[in-house]
Amino acid sequence: MKYEATIGLETHVMQKTNTKMFCSCKYEYGAEPNTHVCPTCLGYPGALPVMNEKAIELICKAGLLLGCEINPYSKWDRKNYFYPDMSKNYQITQADEPLCLGGQITVEVEGELKTFTLERIHQEENAAKNTHVAGASLVDYNRAGTALMEIVSNPCMSSAADALAYMTAIKQIMQYGGISNCDQEKGQMRSDVNVSVRPVGQKELGAKVEIKNMNSFAFIQDAIEYEIDRQISVLESGGTVVQETRGYNPDRGETFTQRTKENAHDYRYFPEPDLMPVKVSKEQIEQWRSELPEMPAQRRVRYVEELGLPEYDAGVLTASMDVSDWFEETMKHTQNAKAVSNFIMGEMLRLLSEQGLTISESRVTPEKLARIIELIDAKTINTGGGKQIFETIFNEGGDPKEIMEAKGLAQVSDDSALEGWADEAIANNPKPVEEYKAGNPASINFLMGQVMKASRGKANPGAVMQMLKQKLDG
Amino acid sequence: MADLNKCTIAELSEKLASGECTSVDIVNDVLASIDANDGKVGAYLTLDREDALAQAEAADEKRVAGSTLPMLGIPVAIKDLLNVKGQPCTCSSKILEGYIAPYDATVISKLREAGAIMLGRVNMDEFAMGSSTESSALGKTSNPWNFDHVPGGSSGGSAACVSADEAIASLGSDTGGSIRQPAAFCGCVGVKPTYGRVSRYGLTAFASSLDQIGPITKSVKDSAILLETLCGYDPMDSSSIDMDVPAFGKNLTDDASLAGMKLGLPKEFFVEGMDPEVEKSVRDAVEHCKSLGAEIVDVSLPNAKYAIAVYYIIATAEASANLARFDGIRYGMRIDGKDPADLYAKTRSAGFGQEVKRRIILGTYVLSSGYYDAYYKKAQKVRTLVRNDFTEAFKQCDAILAPVTPTPAYKKGEKTDDPLKMYLDDILTTPTNLAGNCALSLPCGFASNGMPIGLQIIGDDFQEETILKVGHAYEQSTEWHKARPSL
Ligand SMILES: [Zn+2]
Repeated sequence: MKYEATIGLETHVMQKTNTKMFCSCKYEYGAEPNTHVCPTCLGYPGALPVMNEKAIELICKAGLLLGCEINPYSKWDRKNYFYPDMSKNYQITQADEPLCLGGQITVEVEGELKTFTLERIHQEENAAKNTHVAGASLVDYNRAGTALMEIVSNPCMSSAADALAYMTAIKQIMQYGGISNCDQEKGQMRSDVNVSVRPVGQKELGAKVEIKNMNSFAFIQDAIEYEIDRQISVLESGGTVVQETRGYNPDRGETFTQRTKENAHDYRYFPEPDLMPVKVSKEQIEQWRSELPEMPAQRRVRYVEELGLPEYDAGVLTASMDVSDWFEETMKHTQNAKAVSNFIMGEMLRLLSEQGLTISESRVTPEKLARIIELIDAKTINTGGGKQIFETIFNEGGDPKEIMEAKGLAQVSDDSALEGWADEAIANNPKPVEEYKAGNPASINFLMGQVMKASRGKANPGAVMQMLKQKLDG
Repeated sequence: MADLNKCTIAELSEKLASGECTSVDIVNDVLASIDANDGKVGAYLTLDREDALAQAEAADEKRVAGSTLPMLGIPVAIKDLLNVKGQPCTCSSKILEGYIAPYDATVISKLREAGAIMLGRVNMDEFAMGSSTESSALGKTSNPWNFDHVPGGSSGGSAACVSADEAIASLGSDTGGSIRQPAAFCGCVGVKPTYGRVSRYGLTAFASSLDQIGPITKSVKDSAILLETLCGYDPMDSSSIDMDVPAFGKNLTDDASLAGMKLGLPKEFFVEGMDPEVEKSVRDAVEHCKSLGAEIVDVSLPNAKYAIAVYYIIATAEASANLARFDGIRYGMRIDGKDPADLYAKTRSAGFGQEVKRRIILGTYVLSSGYYDAYYKKAQKVRTLVRNDFTEAFKQCDAILAPVTPTPAYKKGEKTDDPLKMYLDDILTTPTNLAGNCALSLPCGFASNGMPIGLQIIGDDFQEETILKVGHAYEQSTEWHKARPSL
C-alpha cells in the first residue's frame, strides 16, 4: 500500500518589541538571570497585565504580510497549566478570537510552486527558561512574558521539504518585515510539528502526532522524516498510530513518546478578565499596511525591472535580508547594479562562506565596494585588479586607491606601451594571426590574452582589443 | 484621653487644621484603643506601631509646612490583601507566610499622596472567600457589638476595627458583598464603587471581573472623602476607566432633602426567609426617605434570584486561575516534593484552608472540558440578564433601596458547617457585583438582640455621587450611625 503524510506547523516567533508583552520589563538575551523581572512577569499577588501596543502592531503587520484577515475584535484567554516556567500557572493567549485569521504563502519546493495556507496567528506570552542541574531546577524569568506569536498552518504540507520551504519563507518574511530577528539559536523561532500518515485515497486524516518545541530547521526535517517512516511502519505491521505528543532526540535522530492523549492537559481556557478585548479599526489596518516594508518577492521584481539585473542575480541577492540590505546600501553610492551584484555573488559570498562570516562582519563596506567599481568604470583599473583590491580589503582592510597604488594595479591605456605588447604578440603568434585573417574572429582572443599577460593584467582590455583590430584589419 | 479614635475623618481634619490635635495624638489614641480592645475584637493581624508613629510625625511636619492634603495625618487600616511595600500581605492565608510585598498597590500610592497613614493590616476571610471572617487561617475576629457574633466578611477586620474605634477608617474589597455586608453587620458605612472606578493593581485577586476596593467608615461623608482619594484612572489596570472623579466629599451638602429624587424598591429583594426585623428597619428607612421628599417607585430585578448561582460559578472559575500562582516556587510557603507536581500538591494542600480549596475545586470543575458551556458560558449569559435588569430599573429611578443582608450578624460557628447557607447570605449583594454598578451600605436600625441592621443604596454605573447624596441625607436626619458598641 502507498501512504501519504499530512503535516501542519505551529511556529512560535518572538517579536522585536522593546518591552515584554504585558509589563514594562525589557528583554535582553543572555542577561544575568532574573534581572529583567517585575511583579507582573513574576506572577506576584495583585500585579496586573497591560497590553503592549507595539506587539499588536507587529503581529498585525505579520498578518498583513502573510495575507491574513485582521480580526477587528479579538480577545484574550487564560490557558491553565501548572509548570514552573509559567509564573502565574496560566498563560495569557488567544483561544477563539485570534488577531489574524487565514492567510497563505506561495513558495517554490523542488522546482514546483506550492501554496500553503494558514489557519491563524495569535498573540501570547513566552514562558520562562528552565535549567535542570544536579538535584535542582533553576528558573530564569527574564524571558517570561516576552511577546510571542504563534503562526498556525493548516495541515497542508506533505513532506519535510514542504515544511522546510514553508519555514524558510516565514523566517524570511518575518525578518524582512521587521517583525522578528528569528534567531533560532536564541529561541526566537520554534516550531511544533503535527504529522499524520494515511493510505493514499483515504479521506480521513490519520492519527495526529505532535512533535514539540524544535528550533533547528535541520532537526525539524529529520524529525518529520523519521516520524513519517515510523508511522508507516506501524501501519504496515498492522498496528495503529497512537495520537500523542512526542519529543525529538537529535542525538539519536529519533522521536519518543512524551504524553499520550489520555494524559493530555485540559487547559480550561476562559476569557482573561484582566484585559480588555482588542479592537483594531479599518483605518489602523490601512495605516499599518501603508507602512509595510518591501518583501523579498517585491525586491526581486524591482531589481529586475528597475535595476536591470537578471532574475538569477535578483534571487541570490534577496535570499537573505542582510545581503539584500547590503546591496541596497551599496547602490546608494553607485549606479552600476550589475557590477555590485557580480562582486556580491562572486567574491563576497565566496569569502564569507570560506571564512564563516556574515556580511555585516565584512571589512569591505558598501562604500568601499562602490569606490572599487568606480575605479573600474573609470578604466583606472580593470576587473581583475578590482577583485584583487576587494580580496585585500576583505582580509586586511584598507583603502581601495591606496591598495591600487601600493600594488601597482592602475591599468595601462598608454598607446606606446600597448603598441609594443601588441606588436610582440602578433609577431610571436603567426598561426592565430593567420586564422583571424582567414575569417575566424575568435582567434583574436588568444592574442588579447598574450597582451594581458605581458602587461601583467594591467592593460586596458578595451584599448588592447581596439589596437589589435586596427593592426590586423588595417 | 481625648478619644480622637472615636472621631470621623471630617471631624479630625478640622481639629488638625485648627491645631486642636496632631496626627501623632490621633495615632496614639488609636493605638491605645487597639491595646485596650483588640484582644477581644481581633481585627488586626499586623501592626507596626513605630512605623505608624513615624508616618504621623512626618504628616505633622508636612502640615506645619503648609500642606492641606485631604487625608493628611489620618490613619487608615488596610485589608490584608492589599500590597503595601515592605509589609506582609497574607490574605489571611498560611500559603503567603513570609511574603513581603515588593510594591505598593495603586490605592496605597494614592493614599500616601493624599497624606494618609498606613496603620496596620486587618483580618479577612482567607483570600476574601467567605462572609464571616471565620475562614481566616490567622485569627478570629469578633463583632464589636457582641463578641459571640461574626463581624461579617470577607472584610470583617476592616469593619470591626472601624466599629470598635480601633481605626478612623479602613479599606476593604467587595467581590460579592465583602464591604457592604460586614459594614452592615458592624454598624459602619461601606461603599462598593462601580467596577473600573478604583484601580485593582496591587489587590490580590479573588475574582478579577468582580473585585473592587472601597472604603469602610463611620459616616457617609467619610466614605465620600476616602472614596475620592481612591478613585481614578490607572494605566496599570486595563479594567480601570478613564473618567473624571467628582469631588465626592465637597459636593455633599448638609441639606437633608431628597426632593425630586426617585428611589426604586425592588420586590425581589425582600426575599423569603428574611428576618422580619431587618425587613421592618429597611421599610422604615424607605418611609423615612419618602418623608425627606423622595418619590418611591416599584422596580423589578427579575433575574437577581439567579445571582448567587451565577456568582459562585464566575467567581470560583476566576479564582481557580487567580490562585494558581500560589505554588511555593517564587514566594510564600513551600513544602518540597520529588518533582514540581508533588511540590505543588504538598504546598497547596498545607497552605490553603477548606473554603479556598472548595472554591478552587468548584472553579476548576466549571471550566473543565465538557462542562464549560453548561456552567461558565451559561453563567456569563445570565450575568448579562442581571445587568440588563439594572439598566431597565435605572430608567425609572435614581437609586434603589434594599436590605444588605437577609439577617443581622449571626453567631460564630452557626453557618460554618453549611457553606451553602453561608453563600445565600450574599443574595442581596452579589447582583451589583455581577452588573458592575455601585452600592452603599449604612446603618438603619438594630435588631432586638442589639445587632446593627444595614440599608443598601444601589446606584447606576458611576453614580456614586447619587448614592452618597441619598445616604448622607438619610444619615443627617437619623441617629443610627451615632450608636457605638460598648466594649
Ligand atoms: Zn515584568
